[in-house]
Formats: sequence, structure tokens, C-alpha cells
Amino acid sequence: MSDTTSDQILTFITNRFPQAEITEADDIFSLGYINSLFAMELVMHVEKAFGITIPNTELRIDNFRTAKAMTELVHRLRPVAVA
Amino acid sequence: MTDQLIAPPATRVVDRASARAFVDEFVAPGADASDRAGAIPEELLARIGDAGLWAPFLPAELGGSGTDMVTLGEIHEEVGRGCSSVRSLLTVHTMLSWALQRFGTIAQLRKWGPELTSGRVLGAFCLSEPGAGSDTAAITTNAVPRGDGWVLNGGKKWITNGQRADLYLVFARGPASTIALLVPRNTPGVGVKPIDDMLGTRASMLAEVTFDNVELDSDALLGPSGFASGMVLTGTLDLGRYSVATGSVGIVQACVDACADYASKRSVGGSLLREMPLIQAKLSDMVTDVRAARLLCAEAGRLKDLGDSSTIMATWVAKYFASTAAAKHSAEAVQIHGANGCGPEYPVARFYRDAKIMEIIEGSNEIQRMTIAAEAYRKWVP
Repeated sequence: MSDTTSDQILTFITNRFPQAEITEADDIFSLGYINSLFAMELVMHVEKAFGITIPNTELRIDNFRTAKAMTELVHRLRPVAVA
Repeated sequence: MTDQLIAPPATRVVDRASARAFVDEFVAPGADASDRAGAIPEELLARIGDAGLWAPFLPAELGGSGTDMVTLGEIHEEVGRGCSSVRSLLTVHTMLSWALQRFGTIAQLRKWGPELTSGRVLGAFCLSEPGAGSDTAAITTNAVPRGDGWVLNGGKKWITNGQRADLYLVFARGPASTIALLVPRNTPGVGVKPIDDMLGTRASMLAEVTFDNVELDSDALLGPSGFASGMVLTGTLDLGRYSVATGSVGIVQACVDACADYASKRSVGGSLLREMPLIQAKLSDMVTDVRAARLLCAEAGRLKDLGDSSTIMATWVAKYFASTAAAKHSAEAVQIHGANGCGPEYPVARFYRDAKIMEIIEGSNEIQRMTIAAEAYRKWVP
């Protein structure tokens, strides 16, 4: 059971790609998992799981490159998110 | 009551029942005539706006009624039951309107939202090109930054409602990736050439749309221009696929209705068709598949309403199943009608031609099957 933002994001990614062995610092784009379909799924998941809406200005690749970056994005958009 | 007087007048509740009544009165009766004419009458386009059917999912402040996605799917099913060409217009209008709602700035929403909801502005979705259909990575239309805006060059083909639309959502190669641009039809350099005599959805007013040094302001860009710009396309196509899936359910339901009616009146060798086991088998398969397809669409819609990312795959599956069922059962509907099914007196020939289109648009069924199979594979480690 994940209890942190980063863990929840990693769980989502590894549920989609069980063969992936990644840490929160790994660049998921360099691992070859990301296509436009998964990018959309990833954004939808982050928005739903953490109750946020990601504005266009935050839809930048660096915000989604790693689980750590996504965690920082979530905390930035929802400061009271689970740490 | 006072609130009602000052509220936006376009807001109204639409649902399956109201859509069904509207379709039975205004859409279905003229569908064959529209098919032959190759266009939807302007009067009907206006009535769709009066009925609040163009973009009911937009919020009340933009003139919509905040319709949920399950209900939107039911509305598109009912319209698809009556006329796939009208449903096609709703599909592309929905795609543009949804993209605006999801990715538009406040200024873009204020400028276009009420116009799209009312139908004063009709939208079209410009992705396919002569050399790029389901292969979206192959598009060559390009947008180059100039000053604060963009210069657009290229050409799109098979654009549903391209002949009539006022606003195009154009996907083009940008500096870093594919970007989406809102292009008013009356912008200098935009050209429209009608495409007639298509196999199906013949009244959906297809066109080639060309862009010759079209100069656009910065506010033409819809959504981000970087990594996530592909999401505009992915999300928009997802809504389009959902609409086509529900419209395909409508085609199957129309086949059931037409065949049950015909088989109850037509006699062969002294027996009504309805009493013959082989006809019963065809009808039973139609009824079963229409229920299954409707449930798949409802599930995809439910997941959209929840914001659940699994809606994307659910929609692929729903569209694949429903469009395949529509093609299969419309062929059987023609078969049940015999020679009558091949002529203009019964609507099943139109259903048959329209259904074939459903297997091709918004991602061909071959692309869908590859995507669905990839979903199965990616969950398994060799």
C-alpha cells in the first residue's frame, strides 16, 4: 500500500509496465515507456489521484520526467498534499 | 424565477429521452433525403442549436448544461440512430468544444464557448492529410512562429463538416512537436474544397481544407506547445472515438428497429419473415450486440466522468466492438430486406454504407486492434 505521492505515482507506472524497474529519480522518458497514450493516462491519473487540475503552463516535460518531478508538481499545485 | 430571468437563456437539460424525441421528429425523417443531397439542411442545424445539442457538456456559464459523459454518449447514440451524418457533425463539434474546455485560456473560452454551445459557430477537426490518416505522426502541415503568432501552411483532407464549419481545430507540426491551432474559416489563406460522393455519411459535408501562409495571432494556439501538446490530440481523439462508438450503437439499434418492423410485415411462402429461425437468429444477434456495445460505451463514459485514465482504453474497446457490430449487423439488415434493402425505399442501405465508415474514422479498426493488443501485452513480463 503506497503512502506517499511518489510511491503512488511509481505504483501507477509499474502497474502499467510490470517490467519497469524504476526509482523516483529515473527518467521515464529515457526508458522508452512513454507514448502519447500513456502521457494522457499519466496526466489524468495525477489529476484524479491527487485532486488537482494541471494548467497548460505546468504541462511541461520536465514536470513529468521523473516520479520525483511529478511529486513536486503535485505539492506545488496542492500544497497540503500528503508528504 | 428572478435567477431564471438573468441566467444565460441557452441553458437547458438534455438527456436520452429529449434527444430521442428530437431525433424522431426532426432528424430521422429527413436522413435519407440529406444522404441523397449530400448536406444537412440549415434549418436542422439551427434546430440542433435550439435543442441545446451541439455541446451540452460545456458549463452553464458558456451556455451549456454541464451534461455528463454518459448522458452525452446516450445523446450521440440517439442521433446516430437517426442519421450518422448529423452525428458526425456532432462528433467533430464535440471534439473541438471539449479541447477548448480542457485546454483553452479564459479568453479563448469567452470568445468561442457560447458560440459553440449555441451552434452560431460550428467546429471541425482537421487532422487527416492525403498522406496521413490514422498515422498521425506523418502529418506535414506546419506552423512556424512569426512575431507573437504563427504562420500556417499545408492541407487537410476528409474533414467532416469542412464545407460548413466556421472554426477549424488544426493539428500541425510546430517547432518542437504537434500543436493545435484554432483557425477561423474566414482567415485569409484558408481554402475549402468540397468532397462529394463518399461511400457513407454522405451528408457530413466533407472537404479538403488548405492553408496558404495563414497568419494567426498568438491566441490561436490551443493548449501547450511542448511535450503535452500531443495530449490535445490524444484527448480530442478519445472524445471523437467515444462519439463514434455511441453513434455505432445507434446504427445497430436502427437496424434492430428496421428489421423487426420489416420482418413483421413481409411474408415469404405464406409465412412472415419474423417466424423464420434464420431471421430470428440475425435479430437475436443484433439485440445482444447492441446491448453489449451500449454497456461498453456506458462504461467508457462512466470512467470519463470519474476522470479515470482507464477510460482511454475502455473507449478504444467500445469503439472497436460497436463499429464492428454496426458493420456486421447493417449487412445483415440489408440481407433481411433482400432487394428492398438495396434500394432507396428503406434506410438499411444507408445504415450499411454509414457503418463501414465507423470502422475507419477516429482510428481504423486495425490501429485499434494493435492498441488493444498492446494493452494486453504490456501487462505481461516475458
